[in-house]
Amino acid sequence: MSVLVFTENWDGKFKKLSFELVSYASGVGKMLNLSVTAVSIGKVDEGELMKLGNYGANKIISVNNEKLAVLDNQAYANVISEISKKENASVIIISNNNTGKAIAPRLSVHLRAGVGSGVSKLPLSLNPFTVYKRTYSGNAFAHLVIKSDVKILTLAQNSFDVVETPGNATIENLNPEVDGTLLKTVVKDIHKQSGKILLTDADIVVSGGRGMKSPDNWPPLVELATLLGAATACSRPVSDEGWRPHEEHTGQTGKIIAPNLYIAVGISGATQHLAGISSSKFIVAINNDKDAPIFEAAQYGIVGDAMKVLPKLVEAVKEIRK
Amino acid sequence: MKILVCISNVPDTTTKIKFAEGNTSIDTTGIQWVINPWDELSLTRALELKDDATSGVKSVTVIHVGPAASEPTIRKALAIGADDAIRVDAISSDAWFVAAQIAEVVKKEQFDVIMCGIESSDYNGSIVGGMISEFLGIPSVSAVSSLKFENGQPLMVREIDGGKEIVTVPVPFVAVVQKGIAKEPRIAAMRGIMMARSKPVKLVEPVAIDPLTEVVEFEKPTPRAACKFVDADNPSQLLDLLQNEAKVI
Ligand SMILES: Cc1cc2nc3c(=O)[nH]c(=O)nc-3n(C[C@H](O)[C@H](O)[C@H](O)COP(=O)(O)OP(=O)(O)OC[C@H]3O[C@@H](n4cnc5c(N)ncnc54)[C@H](O)[C@@H]3O)c2cc1C
Repeated sequence: MSVLVFTENWDGKFKKLSFELVSYASGVGKMLNLSVTAVSIGKVDEGELMKLGNYGANKIISVNNEKLAVLDNQAYANVISEISKKENASVIIISNNNTGKAIAPRLSVHLRAGVGSGVSKLPLSLNPFTVYKRTYSGNAFAHLVIKSDVKILTLAQNSFDVVETPGNATIENLNPEVDGTLLKTVVKDIHKQSGKILLTDADIVVSGGRGMKSPDNWPPLVELATLLGAATACSRPVSDEGWRPHEEHTGQTGKIIAPNLYIAVGISGATQHLAGISSSKFIVAINNDKDAPIFEAAQYGIVGDAMKVLPKLVEAVKEIRK
Repeated sequence: MKILVCISNVPDTTTKIKFAEGNTSIDTTGIQWVINPWDELSLTRALELKDDATSGVKSVTVIHVGPAASEPTIRKALAIGADDAIRVDAISSDAWFVAAQIAEVVKKEQFDVIMCGIESSDYNGSIVGGMISEFLGIPSVSAVSSLKFENGQPLMVREIDGGKEIVTVPVPFVAVVQKGIAKEPRIAAMRGIMMARSKPVKLVEPVAIDPLTEVVEFEKPTPRAACKFVDADNPSQLLDLLQNEAKVI
């Protein structure tokens, strides 16, 4: 038996998320005394694949088939399901990102495997197999027992530390039969966001709310983000008003993120906003209302006018970065 | 073209979640139940498509797996504008169970598009839609932020890490929808509420399916330390804390 982990790539490269997944799989593997097999689909060179070995993958299956160039949920689930059976996988680990959400449930039906989605810790117990997962949009966590023989866990992004475990991984190249009739997704056009730190990948996020008053007031917030190597985000009314792009909307109905540091500027801290950011390791709030609920979620706060605080903060960062 | 919108019944998003029975369940006293926010948007989009004569969408049905107690949620969906509803009369024990029930219904009644929200705000599972599609062996597109039809062909925008793709699949298919699918949820008007009373709700007996997962305990998120306030005139103090105490910059 084995623990299987699906590691997506982005233009042939892995990122922190991939190493988190393999570190997590390795942790589960240790608990169960099983080896870890990573599955990669698409063109990834050997050097890149070998990186997965540094985080605990014992075997890396590299699937190369032109037919899988486009993400077709059905075809991908099929391929991963076949590999899971061949590898006799008892636990399958996938990211809880968009790709993971597209594949995990289909795979679940293939393998009659219960899914624990959005897990953020190693399993709490093996017998019964119990995982810790976010529920009620972060207002509660559940101990979920998975009763099926095969289990699928989708890991919440940025919830598990990357752990290096030096070892030797072997690479197996695989060109599986892909049932052409399953390839039904046709991509007509692609728009890539380039040169920007992705909100879901960012370690630091600087976010603005309605308290920023006008889209014209964003430059110091963006400058702060740039200086800190951070991504920018916003509350829902801000994206609804068109002050900032929709991709930046965080919260219940936007992106759910878990950066190491979230700086909320002029955001009141409504439950629906907190639903998207409450897993951040540290929250800083800047708000002119000392009673704003965001201060209950924050570890550090400044009560003050954002228009005055932001420029000072920018200067202070420049000072320490000298 | 017929659209089926899957709706789930969740506590209002401002609810303070409390537990009952030794933390094994949610204390439902005083909870205001609403249509899951994503499902409300998905229903809104389905109705917009039906309103647009060029889309080819002729009817919008909602489906819910739940006991009679969740009937008000179904009536609300009908009041917003769904033509009819199906309720599978069962306690929705887990995503596997719910998806299997919905798939059974779809096997008997033809739908061209099945819409599901990307997650429910209670279990945050993000799995029901994908499972339905695999039970039926039909395509699914996930993280859909726009859906329209051109000459009977669906065109969708799906969000990928760091971008968007315009995709199409043949009907029937499952669209798992997210932000952007509709701007504001449609609200029931008085006329809609009156009409909803006489709209048909078909009751379906569940098929025997064993759930694969079970919540055995709930816990509260770890409480955070009280907020440390820093003087607004001295932001370098904040940076000092972030560097030396939190160690995040
Ligand atoms: C079903 C549903 C889903 C929702 N989903 C989301 C979601 O995903 N994300 C989301 O964000 N919201 C969501 N909302 C909306 C949410 O309830 C709040 O309305 C929203 O988060 C408020 O945004 P805000 O904090 O930017 O604005 P406000 O609540 O208006 O707060 C502005 C804050 O700025 C402060 N302020 C004002 N002037 C200044 C100044 N000069 N300097 C510093 N501070 C200042 C004020 O004190 C206030 O605290 C949802 C609501 C519903 C019903």
